[in-house]
Amino acid sequence: MDLGLDEQQELLKNFARDFLEKECPESVVREMEEDEKGYSPDLWRKMAQQGWMGLIIPEEHGGTGMKLCELVVLLEEFGRALVPGPYISTVVLGAVPIMEGGNDEQKQQLLPKIAAGDLIMTMALTEPSAKWDADGVALEAKKQGDDYVLNGVKLFVPDAHVSDQMVVVARTSKGETAEDGITVLLVDSKSAGISFELLRTIAADKQCEVTFENVKVPAANVLGEVDKGWPIVEQTKRMATVAACAYLVGLSQMDFDVTLNYAKERVQFGRPIGSFQAIQHKLADVVIDVDGSRFITYKAAWSLQEGEPDADMMISMAKAWTSDASRRVVAHGQQIHGGIGFTKEYKIQLYFRRQKWMELMWGDADYHRELVAQALEV
Amino acid sequence: MDFRLSPEEEAFRQEVLDWLKENLPKNWSGDRFTRDRDPETWNIYREFAGKLAEKKWVAPAWPVEYGGLGLSVIQQLIFNEEMAYHQAPLGYSVIGVGWAGPTIIVYGTEEQKQKHLGAITSAETMWCQGFSEPNAGSDLASLQTRAVRDGDDYVINGQKIWTSGAHLSDWCILLARTDAEATKHKGISYFLLDMKTPGISVRPLIDMMDNHGFNEMFFDNVRVPKDCLLGEENRGWYMAATTLDFERSSIGGAVGGRRMVEELVGYARETKRNGKRLSEEVTVRVRLADAALEVEIGRMLSYRVVSMQARGLVPNYESSIAKLFNTDMQFRLAKAGLEIMGLYGQLEPQSKYAPLRGKFERQYLWQTGMIVGGGTPEIQRNIIAMRGLGLPRQ
Repeated sequence: MDLGLDEQQELLKNFARDFLEKECPESVVREMEEDEKGYSPDLWRKMAQQGWMGLIIPEEHGGTGMKLCELVVLLEEFGRALVPGPYISTVVLGAVPIMEGGNDEQKQQLLPKIAAGDLIMTMALTEPSAKWDADGVALEAKKQGDDYVLNGVKLFVPDAHVSDQMVVVARTSKGETAEDGITVLLVDSKSAGISFELLRTIAADKQCEVTFENVKVPAANVLGEVDKGWPIVEQTKRMATVAACAYLVGLSQMDFDVTLNYAKERVQFGRPIGSFQAIQHKLADVVIDVDGSRFITYKAAWSLQEGEPDADMMISMAKAWTSDASRRVVAHGQQIHGGIGFTKEYKIQLYFRRQKWMELMWGDADYHRELVAQALEV
Repeated sequence: MDFRLSPEEEAFRQEVLDWLKENLPKNWSGDRFTRDRDPETWNIYREFAGKLAEKKWVAPAWPVEYGGLGLSVIQQLIFNEEMAYHQAPLGYSVIGVGWAGPTIIVYGTEEQKQKHLGAITSAETMWCQGFSEPNAGSDLASLQTRAVRDGDDYVINGQKIWTSGAHLSDWCILLARTDAEATKHKGISYFLLDMKTPGISVRPLIDMMDNHGFNEMFFDNVRVPKDCLLGEENRGWYMAATTLDFERSSIGGAVGGRRMVEELVGYARETKRNGKRLSEEVTVRVRLADAALEVEIGRMLSYRVVSMQARGLVPNYESSIAKLFNTDMQFRLAKAGLEIMGLYGQLEPQSKYAPLRGKFERQYLWQTGMIVGGGTPEIQRNIIAMRGLGLPRQ
């Protein structure tokens, strides 16, 4: 048993931290908030050159064949640097369903392109009902000759407007359960009948409303089996949930580091405010929240990667805890910074706003607490 | 990032489990809190310590030469996990194994080691800890009990408090002031005190659970030979702070918590109120989920300490985090249990209506003590902030 990083993970972490400090400074983060695309093609290309797009893609498909635990290490650094852009959308929401449900041809066609950084992807799952579960999927896909015709609206779809392809979760039939009758389709984002509208969100990340109006998709683009696509979505959700936790861990750590530093430097009443117990005890609580988040996230990632029987429960525990804990962390961060934290100019607000975003993504604490209760067989 | 145990470690866990199946007291429900620390319970502790001694498991982490087995920290973790999960009656050797022995191993003379270590690992002696005083709690270094050199002896006068098991103990590790002029940390010495020495009186201090665990101890011209001094005179404070390379992760709290969550889940599933199972209520589900995940967080924070030790690192504030989180967590768990039980939550074990044999009611009281014992949450946060995060004192 070892909760630390191994040599390869340590290298990845250190390299990523140096790289992102140089290539993704605060100025880039701010610029991308205003940018319509929300990512820098230049930075995207450089990240691809590091092999990051293909991190968890097998070597036979052009990736580096690393595992979820390594992705977690990298995403911690992404959270730390608040890397903007469609990385999780492409690498997790795009690549995982293909690896999970794609046939050989689909894998050979798409995975090397993702690994090379030539393809931006996302998954269109949620709808105006704002549910993560199968019963939230209503978007209709009707067979018509050799095509499926899609009609409906997807909402909160990350990075859809810059995507080349979307993994669309659609309903092809009404089965006995909500999970029955769901089909996963690869859809060219430029297809006729698709329109995007960017949502303005708390984190200024790029989520979209995606409207499908008689969009034709070749039947060959079905991932996995017709009507039986939900397990592909579930596996993607598991990975995405862990990814969100990892991002929050890095975000929390950085918010804390900045705050700790501030507490040591800010002088009031003739002494650093960090010498007051009121501040010290807050910071002690924060470090517990950060550390707790990190190790439960590692446990969840490892459990999923190794196929442990309690992986689902660990993932939900991780997201329930990390969602709440990271909110406490950034709230203390704001508090300890006082007025300066409230300004747009100072960096801490960037963390505060993004925490809420990731807290909500892939299920907030309440959602995952209920899943924990179910896993406990309550 | 590897949470798996090696096959050898798994085999060791099985060995512990098999042994526990054979050797736990008959019908042991693990309800240590329902009748902890009455004379009968102490007898159970003593007997169980004897059985552990046969297996060299009283202090299995100690080096072989001192009666241990020199277990790795991971093996210690496994041992401690299983003992905690089964709520094994370990009370007899807690101070001897956790405090007296490790300090003697580092600072004791050969004679002191010969005299005491074997007696601890063979469960012949029980120890108590004479540290706290009425006016020296969190500020332990301000303790006032005096030990004055007189020829070849020391003469001790003063008072100790919160001394668990003093009424049953054979020996006591005692901190006393030997230099009244020095600054407070620098005038304290560490003594190994025979509890049969004339002049020691012990008065019960009954806790709010109506148990007799704690005591007050009074020293009235207690005369001990100078070879009772451990280590150097006036270095006692620093010796008391010594932690050896033994597992100190507070894992017991996390694992004991896991056991309690399991019982609480069973209770919520089986109990019907107004025609509905408790487990169908959203508030109950939320409380149980929170309890379960907090237990897991506590476990991770404990594992982190052990994982550092296994890498040869010395945990610092990380142990404080584990202690602070796990004791708080256990209290919240008890509180959640009582809230789920509603009116029934208040019932003591003696009541035929008491859910889960009144265990949660006992735990609810017990944990208030555990939270402050061994360093209050405030002291732990001070340690985390100043020692861990490098925040300034002034």
